[in-house]
Amino acid sequence: MRFVQPKSAKEAALLLAKEKGKSFILAGGTDLLVKMKSGVVEPDLIVDIKLVDAMKQIKKTASGFVIGAAVPCAALSENKALVMAWPGVVEAASVIGSKQVQGRCTMVGNLCNASPAADSVPALMTASAKVIILGPKGSRKLAVEDVPTGVGRTNLKKGELITAIELPKKAVRSGDAYLRFIPRSEMDIAVVSCAVNLSLDAKGVITKARVALGAVAITAILVKDAAKAIIGTKLDDAAKAKLAAACSAACKPIDDKRGTVEFRTQVAGVLARRAAETAYTRAGGK
Amino acid sequence: MGVHVHATVNGDNVEFTCPEDEVLLDVLRNRLGLTGAKEGCGTGDCGACSVILDGRLVCSCLVLGAEMNGKKVETIEGMADGGTLHPLQQNFIDHAALQCGICTPGFLIAAQALLRKNPDPSEEEIRFGLAGNLCRCTGYDKIVRAVQAAAKEMRS
Repeated sequence: MRFVQPKSAKEAALLLAKEKGKSFILAGGTDLLVKMKSGVVEPDLIVDIKLVDAMKQIKKTASGFVIGAAVPCAALSENKALVMAWPGVVEAASVIGSKQVQGRCTMVGNLCNASPAADSVPALMTASAKVIILGPKGSRKLAVEDVPTGVGRTNLKKGELITAIELPKKAVRSGDAYLRFIPRSEMDIAVVSCAVNLSLDAKGVITKARVALGAVAITAILVKDAAKAIIGTKLDDAAKAKLAAACSAACKPIDDKRGTVEFRTQVAGVLARRAAETAYTRAGGK
Repeated sequence: MGVHVHATVNGDNVEFTCPEDEVLLDVLRNRLGLTGAKEGCGTGDCGACSVILDGRLVCSCLVLGAEMNGKKVETIEGMADGGTLHPLQQNFIDHAALQCGICTPGFLIAAQALLRKNPDPSEEEIRFGLAGNLCRCTGYDKIVRAVQAAAKEMRS
């Protein structure tokens, strides 16, 4: 196995593109090193991206935030402007694994590991986040919801790497929230999770909404019917009931020791209602 | 073959050469003779190998030695001030917050990282802060009490 530490994203992309063996990107390593230890992956090349300065930064721009692929999740909650604008994204990224894992793990890693239960992914989806991809043919952008295609699978092609996540500027009177169900309250993997991002008009009526679920299908999913159920309402009880029903209807979960199909399906609706209430309050709704 | 690395461990400059796939935990234990960090699971679940890397709490089993060039590592060996135990260490003893002791270095390092960020944590914050460390002996209550007592002492 070879280990390289490129100084630029371009150099990293070139190294990945020309590697004939199995190459892996190392950011936090909290998934990669576990897979290496268990023998699930045997890399020929590891490309450590943590010497690329631009990938280690959180930048506030005129159009929102650009979060580098090597920024550890622990750094997100230390950025006050980011917490103010996207509390739901930050709270989702801040519950991944333990404090030890948060010191290393990244949102891009969470996305590319492509676990259906990835905490940050539903929140990024509802925030309309995009990823910036660099590859042999130049750079392209992809919506976060278009990155994972299945368990452990993504739309990234050979030689491509995600250099950053772009979060849009927070809309006026908008708010986001993320909730998950876990059996052990201090730390666990989501059994079901839900993110909601919504915008209000001056009267408190929801004008835009995005709702996403995690751990109830082969990838995290955007649920358009759930968003429709609350748009045009003030999140009254009838709207919340419709929201919950739409979320439950979108679930295609697995049945395992951590949660049955019935449990996950019902809890998806409950979490959606509660996450929507928090997002509504954060947006300034009463 | 191998990667040659210069790093700082507990304030001392160290130099080592390790294979590309060797983890920091093995570098510390087998190359630098620092056996305080323990291997419990080797997959980031138990926290027994916790160290502070450039100011952040991490599992040293999930860091490659090859990544360490120019990095600063703090391990349990650097916690006491010569013969004087750190308040966290003394309170773990006073509150009997350990039995077999395998998890203790990891708990102490995680507690140190927590108290640097939050010198006056609530019980809940302590339990969340130490959730990445597993102990099969004490049942955690004594550990929480020890951290509370140490935090109080360190604030005064």
